[in-house]
Amino acid sequence: MGAVTVADTIREITRVHLESNNGMLLGQCVSAVGWVNNTVPDCRNIVELPMTDVAGAGIAVGAAMVGRRPIFVVRFQDFLVLNGSALIFYAAKSKELHGRGTPIFVRAIASDGIGPVHSGVLHSMFMHFPGFRVCSPMAPKEYEAIWADFLAHDDPMIVSEHRASFNNSEELDDLVSEDAVITLYPISATRFEAVKAAEMLAAEGIRCNVVHILWLKPLVIDERMTGPLCRSGQGLVVDAGHEIAGASQAIAYQLTRVTGIPVLAMGLSDSTKCLCPPFQNRIPDAERIADAARILLRSKSSGGMAGG
Amino acid sequence: MRGNMRSATTGVLQNIASSFPANESLEIYRRMCISRHFELGLVRAVKEKRVTYPVYLSLGQETVAAALSMVLRDFMIFTQHRCHATFLCFGGPAGKLRDELMGLPTGTSGGRAGSNCIQCHENGVTMFGHHGLIGENVPQAVGAALGSGRPVVCFFGDGAAEEDYVVAAIGFASTHRLPILFVCEDNDLSILTPVEKRRSWRFGDVAASLGMKTVEIADDPWTIADRARELKNDLPAFMNIHVCRSNWHVGAGTDGAPEWDRFSFVESELGMLGLGKEAAAVKAESADAMEALWAP
Ligand SMILES: [Mg+2]
Repeated sequence: MGAVTVADTIREITRVHLESNNGMLLGQCVSAVGWVNNTVPDCRNIVELPMTDVAGAGIAVGAAMVGRRPIFVVRFQDFLVLNGSALIFYAAKSKELHGRGTPIFVRAIASDGIGPVHSGVLHSMFMHFPGFRVCSPMAPKEYEAIWADFLAHDDPMIVSEHRASFNNSEELDDLVSEDAVITLYPISATRFEAVKAAEMLAAEGIRCNVVHILWLKPLVIDERMTGPLCRSGQGLVVDAGHEIAGASQAIAYQLTRVTGIPVLAMGLSDSTKCLCPPFQNRIPDAERIADAARILLRSKSSGGMAGG
Repeated sequence: MRGNMRSATTGVLQNIASSFPANESLEIYRRMCISRHFELGLVRAVKEKRVTYPVYLSLGQETVAAALSMVLRDFMIFTQHRCHATFLCFGGPAGKLRDELMGLPTGTSGGRAGSNCIQCHENGVTMFGHHGLIGENVPQAVGAALGSGRPVVCFFGDGAAEEDYVVAAIGFASTHRLPILFVCEDNDLSILTPVEKRRSWRFGDVAASLGMKTVEIADDPWTIADRARELKNDLPAFMNIHVCRSNWHVGAGTDGAPEWDRFSFVESELGMLGLGKEAAAVKAESADAMEALWAP
């Protein structure tokens, strides 16, 4: 038997929920071609939704309102713009308004490089609205942890998945060293790239911390987050979504506010993700992350404030 | 074509009231009176600025909830924004509704939600609060029936019927034969824009084409109760009920007399049934109770 991947973990968590926990799974084309990258088990309590993205989300919210703790599968995060109304205006508001939580587990799956409305990462939008828990697990144990968190709370949860993680079987531990001169805070699939960037920089003699961000909301700025930043003196938050008004900028601001150290943000540029290179506006890869770190460090050593 | 489906007599069954036992007719009327006199007290409180938050009044539309609450006792309720009558007729405690409208912590949602977002999870009533996004409750009702297997009644207006996701959700309910009675409280108005300016089609035709029984009737409470009794055994189904909103979309004001006055039609009918005296007593008792609730 091979190592357990993120996809295996999602599938087995789902199987237990559907078979033994009276759970439900709803989504479009979930049983077609490959069962959503082998993340959905072939078992009972699966509901195939028609191509009604807005109504479909409302139907899933309705199932949550009667206690089924549904898993709602969104095959491409861009579709969240259609799904969002029932999630934002009902599920996320019901606890504060009525004292009744609406626990729905939204599997929002991201991809990269497959065009303008199939490559988006939209978790920032859900950080903006009150009432959600938002996370982006990229490793098997992380997925187990966020699932346990979902079961322990009664809030709607946006799980910003990425196809780049589905075959991953490794845990992504923080990389922290005393002689590091910069701390990277990667999110979503950029976490794999940030680890590679740290290796590239290490080969040049530049030590770099990598502090992984799993939870986007609530965002806990604790010693794990601030310690490496204070010791290294430079920070860069890297996200797979758009930089402008997004998670990278918001978290960089929070870190700066708490530590007084200027932290920069790096995400997608403010342009549409087109199909072909060089217009794909892909997520920051190791090369770009390493470049950004080098520029930051040069700027510091020349005494200036780094530009974004 | 819409034709001239909208009238006070559309689909109303002749002599239907006489087939109801007197106590049922009087109970329907009692529920109408509770809702009406609660809201007459509320209108006064609004005018005296004792209630300063927005209010969405059921005045003029009471018969739908009064009649259906007699028939759909064990149903979960997904209400629309105009929901005071639904809450009161299905058995929600009037004092808690008053407190919600005043923003008090003793309200149905601790005073946090308000007139268009009323919920009830007591007295054997399961009514989920709307949040004000038009028609949002329709997909939710469908998901709740799917998830629980329990029967559901889902109210919405003629405006909500135009939301794309409402049509899609009703289609899903038909596909899965879910136990839902969809009820359109059709007051012919989206704020002040009449149906004929907004669309050329009737929602009943859409529901029928999606594969469910439909009825198109005016708001005669005996007809509503009779048709609902028939439909509840063959769900999902759809009722389009023509009603007249007496007051503004939001707020206590009025724009002249409504197209018809169902409340007085019902009182005349009760008189013809020989129940005039009993009805007068029911009305006086309801009015007293609701007046007391709104006493300054
Ligand atoms: Mg209307």
